[in-house]
Amino acid sequence: MHDKTLAELARSLDAGEFSSRELTQHLLGRIDRLDGELNCFITVTFDQALAAADAADKSRAAGKAGPLTGLPLALKDIFCTRDVRTTAGSRMLDNFISPYDATVVEKLATAGTVSLGKTNMDEFAMGSSNENSHYGPVKNPWDLAAVPGGSSGGSAAAVAAGLVPAAIGTDTGGSIRQPAAFCGITGLKPTYGRVSRYGMIAYASSLDQAGPMARTAEDCALLLSAMAGHDLHDSTCVARGVPDYTEELDTPLAGLKIGLPREYFGDGLAPEVEAAMRDAVKAFESLGASVREVSLPHTHYAIPAYYVIAPAEASSNLSRYDGVRFGHRCDSPSDLIDLYKRSRAEGFGDEVKRRILIGTHTLSEGFFDAYYKKAQQVRRLIRQDFLDAFEEVDVLMGPASPTPAFDLGAKKDPVSMYLQDIYTIAINLAGIPGMSVPAGFVGNRPVGLQILGNHFAEARLLNVAHQFQQATDWHRHRPAFAEENA
Amino acid sequence: MQWETVIGLEVHVQLATRSKIFSGASTAFGAEPNTQACAVDLGLPGVLPVLNEAAVAMAVKFGLAIHAEIPEVSVFDRKNYFYPDLPKGYQTSQMYQPIVGAGVVEITLEDGTTKPIRVHHAHLEEDAGKSLHEDFHGMTGVDLNRAGTPLLEIVSEPDMRSAKEAAAYLKAIHSIVTYLGISDGNMAEGSMRCDVNVSVRPKDQEAFGTRAEIKNVNSFRFVERAIAFEVERQIELLEDGGKVIQETRLFDPDRDETRSMRTKEEANDYRYFPCPDLLPVVLDQAYIDHLRDNLPELPAEKRARFESELGLSAYDASVLSATREMADYFEEVKDVCGDAKQAANWVQGELAGALNREGLAIADSPVSAHQLGELIARVIDDTINGKAAKQVFQALWNGQGAKADDVIEAQGLKQVTDTGAIEAMIDQVIADSPAQVAQYRDAEPEKRGKMIGYFVGQVMKASRGTANPQQVNQLLKQKLDALC
Repeated sequence: MHDKTLAELARSLDAGEFSSRELTQHLLGRIDRLDGELNCFITVTFDQALAAADAADKSRAAGKAGPLTGLPLALKDIFCTRDVRTTAGSRMLDNFISPYDATVVEKLATAGTVSLGKTNMDEFAMGSSNENSHYGPVKNPWDLAAVPGGSSGGSAAAVAAGLVPAAIGTDTGGSIRQPAAFCGITGLKPTYGRVSRYGMIAYASSLDQAGPMARTAEDCALLLSAMAGHDLHDSTCVARGVPDYTEELDTPLAGLKIGLPREYFGDGLAPEVEAAMRDAVKAFESLGASVREVSLPHTHYAIPAYYVIAPAEASSNLSRYDGVRFGHRCDSPSDLIDLYKRSRAEGFGDEVKRRILIGTHTLSEGFFDAYYKKAQQVRRLIRQDFLDAFEEVDVLMGPASPTPAFDLGAKKDPVSMYLQDIYTIAINLAGIPGMSVPAGFVGNRPVGLQILGNHFAEARLLNVAHQFQQATDWHRHRPAFAEENA
Repeated sequence: MQWETVIGLEVHVQLATRSKIFSGASTAFGAEPNTQACAVDLGLPGVLPVLNEAAVAMAVKFGLAIHAEIPEVSVFDRKNYFYPDLPKGYQTSQMYQPIVGAGVVEITLEDGTTKPIRVHHAHLEEDAGKSLHEDFHGMTGVDLNRAGTPLLEIVSEPDMRSAKEAAAYLKAIHSIVTYLGISDGNMAEGSMRCDVNVSVRPKDQEAFGTRAEIKNVNSFRFVERAIAFEVERQIELLEDGGKVIQETRLFDPDRDETRSMRTKEEANDYRYFPCPDLLPVVLDQAYIDHLRDNLPELPAEKRARFESELGLSAYDASVLSATREMADYFEEVKDVCGDAKQAANWVQGELAGALNREGLAIADSPVSAHQLGELIARVIDDTINGKAAKQVFQALWNGQGAKADDVIEAQGLKQVTDTGAIEAMIDQVIADSPAQVAQYRDAEPEKRGKMIGYFVGQVMKASRGTANPQQVNQLLKQKLDALC
């Protein structure tokens, strides 16, 4: 049961092989048994999940089931949920219960999905290994010594371990794609503006985007169809029709033009990862696609630009955590300044503080033009690189990460951690959609192929990924951890 | 040394939208604390702002009213600072690309002359909440009802040269925003507040002196008093060989003084940057044209029309166009009675006096414009004389009768113009006043003019004020002179 994809589970539920309650109970049982080791969940919502499963079973019995009715999933703990605490992986919000549901949460609930709980993450989505969580690191089910990636590490590991068939993540610089790659699952970061950000705790507002993480492209298509769409609560969410993203999955790839960015195959890329990429490209060629090299000349400016823009926005977005109205408040403050200083010093972890400091500095008088303004100019050039490339080719492909998952505790220096996102970060700056799909292994650790498309080309991306998954079986591999504990 | 004062004003006007600038919560004044603050106003995690179009329309109307350029694109920025009544830790404002560009406001001084004051720009922003320092036993309470109320901040050039000009400018802004209906202009409720930048310089020096900014002055009177104090303080300081430092000061109306709040060195670095949660506001020409076509007649236009078409003096035109309520009232009085000058005299005289005595606004006048117009019409058509008219006005004010005609009828105030009746009363008065008649007869002819007053008074008294005073005068003179 825990091995199946969402599409398969939907068919089983339709066929009456088991009920949503049985499925939910089975998965809650696995979480209960296995998550002590993995630490994927910050909060498991046993009672709410069973109630939602019962409601789904009822509507299925009444003939009112939609494509996602009764299907379990997990939510990254960055989505506000009414009645269930939302921590963003931070001590600051350890006690925070939102009075409202995020738009994504509401849409998925309306679609009949059953949330099993809130998954672990790097604090305020700042990190690439899930080691920055107040609730402790998450282990990679493929290798318990390895990180699951971040910041949506809990979501990725939970899917890989068979605790849940799908999870919702967010991606500001690679936080869906890199953990998907590290955990051997399929993840999609949609176009900026495709999915509402309302109720998604902000890290860097101009880069944040929610997306699905699942076993297959088909499952991602099912979820995106339910998550996407205009929201009157989010001015940056685009008023544009939402297609049924499953409709184009079966379109043959003959004639597809694939571009391989030269800059994504240079120094720093592990040879085994590169070999996996070359194999994947061959598979596409055999499906009728043509491949050419392209250039994204401003690629090497992406990380510096990102580490100006994202911390700048974060420094402002995180000002509301001041101990006054909600969240952590220090004990017996002596005055207002003491309240601010101690509440924030105690509530935030090191990486969050580091980025607040960077952002505060780059926005300061005298530095704004040199940092923030310049970074925005660079951002436009990066975006233009992609637009130029998409004049030539339909999709771009390359590695999601220069290496497979690294060991827990291996990266102590923040900059070496930042460099992890070298292939993912430019995509957020450009606002385009990107996916990571399983494409091989280095030893027992998965490798992810990144597929990029033009703005709002999600249907095409999902089609390309789905066709790849029809021709390969990397996405069907399960970690030994999940199988031993079946 | 001769000193010149230089003043610039930043006026914050609360816009009269029903809901807040970035959320759907109500903006009504006076509700229980924190009952009109939704998740967005509270700055809860995950919330996002959505711009209220009504606030944009109001800002653009103001811009059009002051003949400002309206840029096609304006952008919201975040002004970052920590304060308990600022829930998000930043105020959403417009720093670099405001919604209203440079414009001009014409002010009218007491002598009726006008002077243009340049507006540098006006921008939209959200108001903060209120910190309440009383009733919390040494702690501070925070009321976020006001948080997110739309403000239009109107920033002038340093074009004012006296406290009177500053007050006149503030009144002109008040009059424009109330005419446009974009603010209730209620200063007591904080709908209009201003920051005053004041500096002094030697009379013939071109360079500006160092300025002090006086924060949050919230009445016309306080603006004048705060400036008067500040100018005196700065001149005294300079004449004693001291230096004015750039700082923010607070006006204390109880002590009538300004006090230092923080110096430039202590000033915040607000770290402005474009708000990534809001799209740039792009206005197309059709939208702006539509707003322009639907602007009401504005105070300056009204004042000009009152002068040119109605023949009022510059002073009268300025007073009567000062507020929309005043102008509307006056125009109705004028339309009903048909005489602009009479209408102007009554509105500024009898009516203004009565309103002042009772501390009432013109909108709350017990005598309606229609009632007053009918009353004046009866003076014009000689049904009553001026004295009786005042009696009728008082009766209407006190609610003794719905119409002037009813009061005239009920109190028998109709003017006596029948010569025979007046003559009879005169004869009676002359017969009853032999001593005064003798004095009159013995007086030098040139002194008799003054002495006639006594007889007029007696005849008016006998007629209970209803005799036509001109007729009384004329007939008395004939009769008395006949006795000489």
